[in-house]
Amino acid sequence: MSIVIDRRLNDRNKSAGNRARFLRRYKEQMKKAVTDMVGERSITDMDRGGSVNIPVRDIAEPSFRHGAGGDQESVHAGNHSFQPGDRLPRPSGDGQGGGGGSSGGEGGDSEDSFTFALTREEFLSLFFDDLELPHLVRNFLGEARDHKWQRAGYTASGVPANLSVLRSLRTALGRRIALGSAIRRELDLLEQRIAAEGLDPALEAERVRLRQRLKQIPFLDELDLRYRHRVRVPQPISRAVMFCLMDVSASMNEEKKDLAKRFFTLLYLFLSRKYEKVELVFIRHTDDAQEVDEETFFHDPKSGGTVVLSALKLMQEIIAARYPGGQWNIYGAQVSDGDAFGADPEKSRALLVEQLLPQLRYYAYIETPDDPQRVSPLMHAYSRIEAGHFATCSVTERSQVYPVLRELFRREAAA
Amino acid sequence: MNSILVTETPATLPGAAGNGPADGNTPQLPLALSGGGRLLSTGSEWTFELLGRYDEAIHAIAANEFGLDTYPNQIEVIASEQMLDAYASVGLPISYPHWSYGKEFIRNEHLYRKGARGLAYEIVINSNPCISYLMEENSMPMQALVIAHACYGHNSFFKGNYLFRQWTNADAIVDYMVFARRYVLDCEEHHGHAAVEEVLDSCHALMSHGVDRYRHPTPLSVEEERDRQRDREEHAWQRYDEIWKTVPRKRPAERRRGESPFPEEPQENLLYFIEKHAPKLEPWQRELVRITRKLAQYFYPQGQTKVMNEGWATFWHYTLLNRLYDHRLVDSGFMLEVLQSHTNVITQRGYDQRGYGGLNPYALGFAMMSDIRRICEQPTEEDRHWFPDIAGGDWRKVLDFAMRNYKDESFIGQFLSPRLMREFHLFAVADQASDSQLRIDSIHNEDGYRRLRRLLAAQYNRDNQVPDIQVLRYERRGDRSLTLRHRQHRGRPLHGETGEVMKHLSRLWGFAVRLETVDAQDRPVGETLSLGA
Repeated sequence: MSIVIDRRLNDRNKSAGNRARFLRRYKEQMKKAVTDMVGERSITDMDRGGSVNIPVRDIAEPSFRHGAGGDQESVHAGNHSFQPGDRLPRPSGDGQGGGGGSSGGEGGDSEDSFTFALTREEFLSLFFDDLELPHLVRNFLGEARDHKWQRAGYTASGVPANLSVLRSLRTALGRRIALGSAIRRELDLLEQRIAAEGLDPALEAERVRLRQRLKQIPFLDELDLRYRHRVRVPQPISRAVMFCLMDVSASMNEEKKDLAKRFFTLLYLFLSRKYEKVELVFIRHTDDAQEVDEETFFHDPKSGGTVVLSALKLMQEIIAARYPGGQWNIYGAQVSDGDAFGADPEKSRALLVEQLLPQLRYYAYIETPDDPQRVSPLMHAYSRIEAGHFATCSVTERSQVYPVLRELFRREAAA
Repeated sequence: MNSILVTETPATLPGAAGNGPADGNTPQLPLALSGGGRLLSTGSEWTFELLGRYDEAIHAIAANEFGLDTYPNQIEVIASEQMLDAYASVGLPISYPHWSYGKEFIRNEHLYRKGARGLAYEIVINSNPCISYLMEENSMPMQALVIAHACYGHNSFFKGNYLFRQWTNADAIVDYMVFARRYVLDCEEHHGHAAVEEVLDSCHALMSHGVDRYRHPTPLSVEEERDRQRDREEHAWQRYDEIWKTVPRKRPAERRRGESPFPEEPQENLLYFIEKHAPKLEPWQRELVRITRKLAQYFYPQGQTKVMNEGWATFWHYTLLNRLYDHRLVDSGFMLEVLQSHTNVITQRGYDQRGYGGLNPYALGFAMMSDIRRICEQPTEEDRHWFPDIAGGDWRKVLDFAMRNYKDESFIGQFLSPRLMREFHLFAVADQASDSQLRIDSIHNEDGYRRLRRLLAAQYNRDNQVPDIQVLRYERRGDRSLTLRHRQHRGRPLHGETGEVMKHLSRLWGFAVRLETVDAQDRPVGETLSLGA
């Protein structure tokens, strides 16, 4: 007789091992596909992850089989008008899946590419593969500067506000039992003697004395008081703020702004993956600096000269006002075409090195020069800054944005 | 939609008036059903108890009325995710791990989630006991259909058909796969994922040429298999003797004399040849070659009996469930749902319709099985002329005989009737290299029947699908190179990816490999593909 078995509760993920093997094998292809997508996709698409197409030929499993050509016949169904000897043109293409069907190749792979759906997390994980935030581990584990109060049992000393009534009374009860038990034992014996021998004055006096002693044990003593104990434990900071600084003077054209946007977006995506909360501050500057919203930052035209120092000063003010005391991971990203005049570059450098960099996790300067060969005044000044968490780079094409970001972090990680 | 079969089938409904008595023997009600007239269930919900009762009822009809001989059944109810898992391991309940199964899983999962493809209602495994997977999403009528289809249709085919009897061992396959899985996992642990993957990749590439067509494999249980593997390793180890390396070699000229080429006859089983003779393989690598070879052999009959197997199973679910209805064990709502699914399964689209993917094996197989029954029961003049042996005979005996002794190619060559060719509107297209256009070779008319049938049969001949590539020479005393010969079939060249396969071959072989191509008269064609090691 047949046996019917319910297997529904069995392990449902029998293919997990095979899927993992597939992922491992094609990790390189997927990374490459993701990198290609980064070059092609618009920024708003970037965050949604999605599907990777791997060309079928890359993952095909070859075997000895017939190709097109030679003589063959194939039988098909549904004839309604053909007569023997009729001639018809060869279907174009490989003859696969065509209506007339010449090759009779059944069940061949007709898809050009193999679609593999990556979750958003998997997509970003590949996208940011082996990019590590500088100092991140240190920040999370060792050098954390945010603290939280946490309970840590009870102590015998403290402020009245922390008094634990329950604990104190419990201790008092224990003390009273401990101190009184010997007296009570004596009293019991005495009572027995009185019951046996009758009440005489000596015994009576003794009983009074013992009762007196019992009464003298205090209900609550200084010794009994217990206070709730709390300790400060270090808490990793999971907040970050990212400052976007951009020169919006006339020499920054749309193309350069687009490059800047890509850079900022990538950095933002990266931070938003690492931190629970990432705030953005946009500072644009010409000869003076303003804090603006994102729309204005990228699209509102403004003309004027160039004073980099103004932007850095504004950044410093904002940090002092809104992100004080090392409770935030502060990141800075600056984009400029490198034009700066007079003492401005040197002053900026000094401000950056002395005031800002000690407070920052990371600061990146991206230059979008008209002529890649020329060393701009700003770059000249900045390139003399020696700090592990400061990096500069020059970018002229969209496709360079991603590698640059990668390079920045890699250099930082090695430092 | 081309619904030839659908409109035609009511005439052959087993329950239709006049069919029962025409058999010559009145169907006897099986014991379990003698209560008669009581519905097994109503509605679409299934329970385990109901599954058991339906199975019992179907079994009673299959065994007592129609004499189907089956392995015991093991029916397993699974969820859709588990069905996806089962797909990925090519329908085996257990398999060794490999990325290609992961690929298959991801592909199916993607299509399924997108809604581009539904899941099969069942998967059935050629094993003893015969394991069938039922999806929990199926309704009761669907479960009954699947039980009839898989547990009695496919099951009896696995047990009866000569190819399966000869080439697969239903008792041992699950045990063997347990061994294989454990062995591959062990190898991964010892030699690393990459090394194991390389060997398996290469073996998979040659799997279509890892099949013996003329020898009988011996059944082995998991313990015996492991013992034999240990023995093989030990034997190789014992025979190894460092001292032989010091024996002075003969001069090449002396050696050549009187030396016969090896192998004496060309060998068609590449994987077997590699397993036995590849000069550089480690023992564990040889074992992996052997595992894939066994797997290829296991699947060998399935590819050659697709039409028959599905046709047989479809014919029987149709017949068995109609008997249930005749016995008033199910109501017409049940039958309507069954018939709807049945009709979907046996749809054959025309070549110019959307979704045409060649001949539907279910449609062709079912039509042929039903047609054989019709020829036996209600032969026409034409049938008497074409099938004098079976026209008017006992359809059960004829069908049983056909099921046991044929494969797709011979089955079609023997039993495809002119009537079916007309119903399917079959036509053959000739594609010749010398002609710039395609030519209609023959159609379903008086002149075309025989040729059409021959061409269709040839289409299911494995030799037409798989190129004829054999081991020609192994230079054992020379440079240890391996030469394969491809004999072209009617001028058909090999696919462009052949170079890739040769790389895999060269990886397994370890020395130079060559592939030469000859035509039917053994004259060389084109260039010899060679890969040095």
